[in-house]
Amino acid sequence: MSAPYAKLPAWADYGLIPLINLAVAFLVAGLVVMLVGENPFRAAVILVDGALGRGQNIAYTLYYATSFIFTGLAVAVAFHCSLFNIGGEGQAYVGGLGVAVVCLAFDSILPWWLVFPLAVAGAAVFGAAWAFIPAYFQAKRGSHIVITTIMFNFIAASLMVYLLVNVLKPAGSQAPQTRTFVEGGHLPKLNWMLEALGLSVRSAPFNLSFLLALLAAFLVWVLIWRTRLGYEIRMRGFSPKAARYAGVSETKIIIIAMLISGALAGMMALNPVMGDQNRLQIDFVTGAGFVGIAVALMGRSHPAGIVPAAILFGMLYQGGAELAFEMPNISRDMIVIIQGLVILFAGALEHMFRPTLQAAIASLSPRSMGAEARQGEGG
Amino acid sequence: MDFFHTLILLLDSTVRLSVPLLLAALAGLYSERSGVFDIGLEGKMLAGAFAAGAAAAVTGSAWAGLGAAMLISIFLALVHGFASITHRGNQIVSGVAINFIAAGSTIILGQAWFRQGGRTPSLSAGGRFGAIELPFADAVRDVPILGEIYSELLSGHSLLVYAAFLLVPFTWWVLFRTRFGLRLRAVGENPAAVDTAGISVSWLRYRAVICTGILTGMAGSYLSLAQNAGFVKDMTAGRGFIALAALIFAKWKPVPVMFACLLFGFLDAFAIRVQGTPLPLIGQVPVQFMQALPYVLTVVLLAGFIGKAIPPRAGGVPYVKER
Amino acid sequence: MAHTAIELNGISKSFGAVHANRNIDLKITAGTIHGIIGENGAGKSTLMSILYGFYQADRGRIQVGGKPVTINTPSAAIALGIGMVHQHFMLVENFTVLENVILGAEGEALLNTSIAKARSELERLERDYGLEVDPDAVIEDLSVGLQQRVEILKALYRGAEILILDEPTGVLTPAEADHLFRILRQLKDEGKTIILITHKLREIMAITDNVSVMRQGAMVATRKTSETTVEELAELMVGRRVLLSVEKGEAKPGGVMLSVKNLTVKDSRGVTMVDNVSLDVRAGEIVGIAGVAGNGQSQLLDAVSGVQKAVSGTVTLDGVPVALTGEADPADLRQRGMAHVPEDRHHVGLVLPFEENENAMLGYHRQAKYLNGPFLDIAAIRNDAREKIEKYDIRPADCRLKTANFSGGNQQKIVLAREMEQDPKVLIVGQPTRGVDVGAIEFIHKRLIDMRDQGKAVLLVSVELDEIRSLSDRILVMFAGRIVGERGPDASEAELGLLMAGVEEKEAAE
Repeated sequence: MSAPYAKLPAWADYGLIPLINLAVAFLVAGLVVMLVGENPFRAAVILVDGALGRGQNIAYTLYYATSFIFTGLAVAVAFHCSLFNIGGEGQAYVGGLGVAVVCLAFDSILPWWLVFPLAVAGAAVFGAAWAFIPAYFQAKRGSHIVITTIMFNFIAASLMVYLLVNVLKPAGSQAPQTRTFVEGGHLPKLNWMLEALGLSVRSAPFNLSFLLALLAAFLVWVLIWRTRLGYEIRMRGFSPKAARYAGVSETKIIIIAMLISGALAGMMALNPVMGDQNRLQIDFVTGAGFVGIAVALMGRSHPAGIVPAAILFGMLYQGGAELAFEMPNISRDMIVIIQGLVILFAGALEHMFRPTLQAAIASLSPRSMGAEARQGEGG
Repeated sequence: MDFFHTLILLLDSTVRLSVPLLLAALAGLYSERSGVFDIGLEGKMLAGAFAAGAAAAVTGSAWAGLGAAMLISIFLALVHGFASITHRGNQIVSGVAINFIAAGSTIILGQAWFRQGGRTPSLSAGGRFGAIELPFADAVRDVPILGEIYSELLSGHSLLVYAAFLLVPFTWWVLFRTRFGLRLRAVGENPAAVDTAGISVSWLRYRAVICTGILTGMAGSYLSLAQNAGFVKDMTAGRGFIALAALIFAKWKPVPVMFACLLFGFLDAFAIRVQGTPLPLIGQVPVQFMQALPYVLTVVLLAGFIGKAIPPRAGGVPYVKER
Repeated sequence: MAHTAIELNGISKSFGAVHANRNIDLKITAGTIHGIIGENGAGKSTLMSILYGFYQADRGRIQVGGKPVTINTPSAAIALGIGMVHQHFMLVENFTVLENVILGAEGEALLNTSIAKARSELERLERDYGLEVDPDAVIEDLSVGLQQRVEILKALYRGAEILILDEPTGVLTPAEADHLFRILRQLKDEGKTIILITHKLREIMAITDNVSVMRQGAMVATRKTSETTVEELAELMVGRRVLLSVEKGEAKPGGVMLSVKNLTVKDSRGVTMVDNVSLDVRAGEIVGIAGVAGNGQSQLLDAVSGVQKAVSGTVTLDGVPVALTGEADPADLRQRGMAHVPEDRHHVGLVLPFEENENAMLGYHRQAKYLNGPFLDIAAIRNDAREKIEKYDIRPADCRLKTANFSGGNQQKIVLAREMEQDPKVLIVGQPTRGVDVGAIEFIHKRLIDMRDQGKAVLLVSVELDEIRSLSDRILVMFAGRIVGERGPDASEAELGLLMAGVEEKEAAE
């Protein structure tokens, strides 16, 4: 079914509409801040300052953003194949197991730069494996991937608790976590990069996986728009019938797209597990898999949109922590609300302002209408 | 007799644990049967639980709590309707958004208003739905088997428990014996047929999501006003998703929904009961396995290994007049 | 003198930039069967949807029974005694006949009484009009003809005095269509007014009292059926003398390129759609398959081109067998020289949100000329697209434009350019000119003849009999999944029509 909405010029479609949607989301968030008796403008100032005010804060912002780039890319790749992978959370959790297995095995025998590629592979393989079963059921048996990936998030949570408590916990320890990795399982920090720019960073978990995330973003762009596989993924995403006509196997392309998606989600685990905590612990994903949905929607499933969207959410997470310090009525859960509002306005209600905007642009410059069609439909 | 008594206790807690699932699953049934998928049951239930706890704490009345819960759940259901019916947005995305908004705002508002770390104040008896003793429950308690079933299993639940189970035949009746039900089922299968028959597709779907709001409000109220004495943050703990699983497991039919919820409630009660104690023949069953079982069963069902769950045909698809 | 049932004045309706209806006037006499004829896309369905309140007109007035009315919703139309049988049935498939009939006309909040009332009312309608159907049957178990009957019952149950039927015979077998016409005549005798939308001249001549002709959104003429001819109506529909034959030389058939033997295809419900079909197509000839839509032509094309699995049978392409029952692989067939212009270019032949250049290689995207290893060779892809745009005069000449923004004719040219420029051995073409403007039709027909003259084997399926007759060197007629006859290009329309209607070969020959 073609979109029931008429066309807008590209600048409005890709620039103005997302900005309006984002602005409305923050406006509503501001109302919530007022509801708890705080000044939303002061809150915004504290938040931005907390996120970007000092080198230390920027490092934290980028640390959070790293996770969100991975999970945002994961959601986006599946979107391009018209699949809604809501299971990034579980795939990242299981991906952490891959990282931990590699680190526990090699951290005392190999240097970090040899462990790192193995850990990347471990994260990707474990994350992809967790996406494989829902993908297979969707492709072969037609079970709705949204529901199965939700179920797999819960199954992953149970599985990981079981493994941490009963298998991975060192003898004699109480906490449900693995032993701390030794040197070979530590990723180098990137704080020196910020210091080189004249910022001071005391200690922050900003680490090498940030560069890997940027590389992944570039590779996803290449994959989707510059390879045969990406062309086939988009073909299936827009029109399954045309894909069959063109000789693209639907089963194969669904499974491949989900494996890539799961691998990207799994790689998110490198950032906290190998880059910061240096051990596998319970609930280390802390919702990053779900943030990926907001990031992908806001970034319109394009890496060039996803990276800034991930950094914005990194700012919210870091700035939100500072905000909770300054305003006792506002905890970091404020971010969860903003996340929900962004998903609502940039995702489910993305067309709300379209008719109005269209009428406005048409009345201002009738000739600019009609050249560009809308691209990409999430879900 | 000891085994029998244990069994009764187990079934009794099965009933208690399945009620929130049942209310939420029936809630989802109205919406999904009308063609609006709802993965935001969790969020609406959570917001309802918070509103119930907060209103009951302030007014001291359980009924005020229930009313507030319904209002806030209906509001969120209308947001979902506004996005997915009026603006033809993606229903999954909208449901995800509502879950986050509810998760965040219940904690923020709870902390700002009550300052008890996201809890609402503990409720006194008046602010809760207490246990209702059925007539003669005490008198027949000593009658073997039947007496125990009556006084332990059937009697002594809160009003919402009885309401939940009465809602099962009621929902069946609405769906299959009323005009509203006929239209509701039709709009979930082929909205164009409803539209050309001169019925407003949007208004019909809005009424369905309002029903969903009412019932998720009840589900939330049960958690904070009957099962507990107040709201605790994240107290739904995934029940909205288990309810969704039960709804699919029951193939969107009211009576099977009840059995699916009882099954999942039983698994939960059983897991609590046997925690740490090895079972005969099987040995120790990890509690995580029991927790994951409802999800595993749903995946297996969805994959078509036990029957086939066919959702309402127009489900998840916004209605656009063809052109 | 009979009074006027419906009068439309100055009705206009646009969808975005498309003028579906322009300033339409129409008067329909009560108690008659009034035909509205026009090509696909002429605006007939839109006009009737306006009358039924499904769309709102941008401008214009409607009078029903002499009184001005506003019809904003279907329920308003129903209240005025207007009923409509849509081209795609508006039935809830897993409901019973009774449930479908009462939907929206239940009367009361509880169903018990309304169902009982509907049951006795259905019995009455069954008696009066011979509209027999089991009230407790579930729709998806009924044949298409019976489902249509339920639609008519729905309208009558609501007390319709004016009944609109949108292309009612497109999906019917000839026997079912005959039965439908008998019912319509009977309804007319009871005093009902019937509006019949169709693009088939034969139906108009057979059953209507009056006929109005639409062309490109405008109403061009209204005639008494008894005072007009097929030729006049055809000319009015198309706007000039219909091209009955395309200029072409003698065919010089060579060896058999495509051979189909005993092919059987079933749909997802297990219904046999293609029944033991055998045919050969030689190099340098066009074999046309004529038939009423829905007699298995689509499935035949899909099976031969590998898009759909077959149950049994063999297909050989240039002497080499094609795997039919396993995992269908259209990509392999393309590589071996089979090009396919599918019937549905919107959902199958093109990906509308793609840029034009991305569609210009669809299905051939594995060819080395478009790739650098696993990567797309963007420059080569765009150059290739530009060449095709030039050669096939595709407008606008912009290979980066979204395909959805091209007109129907230009979209079809994108598909044809892609398939023909592969220099295939066999070309399979379905409905090449559906929804295509007149200028493009000539171009497409000429290109098909060129392909033939270059020695390609062309298998053509079209529901437009004129197209089949003017292009084909041999004509096969398909009915109920089987090939029921073969004729030369000089076969008369009447002769082919009888075959298409399922009349046995021997009878037709007499």
